[in-house]
Amino acid sequence: MREISYAQAINEALKEEMRRDNRVFMIGEDVAVHGGTYGLSKGLLEEFGEKRVKDTPISEAAIVGTGIGAALTGLRPIVELMYIDFTTVAMDQIVNQAAKLRYMTGGMAKLPLVIRTQGGSGTGEAAHHTQSLEAWFVHIPGLKVVMPSTPFDAKGLFKTAVRDNNPVLFIDHKLLFPKKGSVPEEEYTIPFGKADIKREGNDITIVATSLMIHRALSAAEELEKDGLTVEIIDPRTLVPFDKETLMNSVKKTGRLLILHEACTRGGIGGGIIREIIEDCFDYLDAPPRVLAGRNIPIPYAPSLEKMAVPQQRDIVETVIGMTKFSRRFSTHIAKS
Amino acid sequence: MLKLSKEKLKDMLVKMYRIRFFEETIKNLYFEDLITGPLHLYIGEEAVAVGACSALKKRDYVVSTHRGHGHCIAKGGNLTKMMAELLGRETGYCKGRGGSMHLADHKIGLLTCSGIVAGGIPISVGAAFSSYYRNSGQVTISFFGDGATNQGSFHESLNLASVWKLPVVFVCENNCYAITVPTTCSLPLENIANRAVGYGIPGKVVDGMNVLAVYEVVKEAVDRARDGKGPSLIEAKTYRFEGHWVGDPIVYRTNEEVKEWKKRDPILNFRKTVLESDQLSENELNSIQKRARRELQEAVEFAKNSPLPNPDDVEKYVYHVEEGGKH
Repeated sequence: MREISYAQAINEALKEEMRRDNRVFMIGEDVAVHGGTYGLSKGLLEEFGEKRVKDTPISEAAIVGTGIGAALTGLRPIVELMYIDFTTVAMDQIVNQAAKLRYMTGGMAKLPLVIRTQGGSGTGEAAHHTQSLEAWFVHIPGLKVVMPSTPFDAKGLFKTAVRDNNPVLFIDHKLLFPKKGSVPEEEYTIPFGKADIKREGNDITIVATSLMIHRALSAAEELEKDGLTVEIIDPRTLVPFDKETLMNSVKKTGRLLILHEACTRGGIGGGIIREIIEDCFDYLDAPPRVLAGRNIPIPYAPSLEKMAVPQQRDIVETVIGMTKFSRRFSTHIAKS
Repeated sequence: MLKLSKEKLKDMLVKMYRIRFFEETIKNLYFEDLITGPLHLYIGEEAVAVGACSALKKRDYVVSTHRGHGHCIAKGGNLTKMMAELLGRETGYCKGRGGSMHLADHKIGLLTCSGIVAGGIPISVGAAFSSYYRNSGQVTISFFGDGATNQGSFHESLNLASVWKLPVVFVCENNCYAITVPTTCSLPLENIANRAVGYGIPGKVVDGMNVLAVYEVVKEAVDRARDGKGPSLIEAKTYRFEGHWVGDPIVYRTNEEVKEWKKRDPILNFRKTVLESDQLSENELNSIQKRARRELQEAVEFAKNSPLPNPDDVEKYVYHVEEGGKH
């Protein structure tokens, strides 16, 4: 199969969906002439023209609101917010308006809206361009939240997002754009709410998102040398969330580590642990853990920046610590 | 002789009465505990909604606010469905999920009412963009109050609509108070319409107590928008005869001030104008008034006899689900 970058995968998805459906259009800061800060919308203006690909003023609330109004009246907008940090400026439109319109109109409103953005640290952009804010949106009923980790997933999920009749927040990671992966030439989509097992293993389950999938995969390679096999699950969409795949994995491995770049406090890890404890408590051999970002703003200096979010070494150490612990084993001893 | 046809004048008066009686009725129902939550009444401001919406076609769009009952009625909304919604019934516009502040009727173009001040303005820009994109010739009116013009989304929206020359008319209902704060304390200029200068669009002040004046000014702006010439900002100077909400102790204004404004009651004045023009007789006017009262009684009857939403359906409508899917 051919290999393309994550950015190219999104670019292809954009073009294919815009060719398929002329109700689809894209607006955002620097998306048209410049082709997007990360080149995701390159070639769109040339192919689809000024009406369907539009540069906007730096006005995030108006950008999202324009998407909402257009979606309510029969179009299928893709609006881009250059950084997830900038969603803060458009929060009323996303949280109060887009997310709630269907519910508060008793199902009258239909809102096929994609809000595409990117987050994450690792580029020295400091505290205003590096956050991982997905938990905020997971918390809001009415939104769907997508966080892909590979070019294949990104393309298939993006096409599904455009075809979904609900507001979808599509979050890329800025370090993933150049990453290459296999993507078929043929048309395909990936349904929401279906996790992907990125690596099979028996000793521990790691749930990770976005860039952290790749860090988990590298850590798993290293751990295999120590004889530990790690199962890595990528939920791909946080809302809807595929609990079943995760439960099956935990029942097999007996251990659960959740890995994300966002701050630990109030992050998605806590919620996932709650779900697993409620339904899989008896299968757990060790207390589930969350390995996530420190509760600090992302610092600028490279020496500090990498301290802010989990690194490969942190993952390896946490997994080793967790696999040493065995509740089932200790229960056995107590009984005998 | 007035420029408008007898039918048009009648329609305007019917709607003004419907609004007045709707608001009076729900105020009573509120005190009977049949309506919960805050109620923002439109009494005194009827000329703005009716004048502005009379300049629209049925397929044109309206985006409204927390004080939205008047806009819904003026755009042709169904009193029965409105009343049922305010009483939290399954037969209401939004099946009892929205209530007073979130009426919508997509069949008449009322897209949404925002409970967040200025929250609807960016959405109205989107509706206008959609008309431009689809070449549909539809115009959007965005209603908001004086308070909304101090929000960032007001600025973002007017700027974007102007840059893209979108078919939207921004109608600011300046009722002199942002909840309790008078415009003299929240606005550094006398006319909000002057803010239009900053967006390179026409800005006009109109007497918001005079339905025909509002109609004239908005019609001009609507025609302009439909012609592809872009947005306008219209400031209708008006006054709410009631408080910000039902139960407001109204400590921030004097009785004298209220009395002065009530002398300019938009319905009484319009009635007088129409009578003087000889286009409608006293009898016709009285029967319009009576009919509106009867409609309201029927609406209340219907709403009271309608079922409350089934508690088991509390999670319904969060997401759009394809046929046969789970909620």
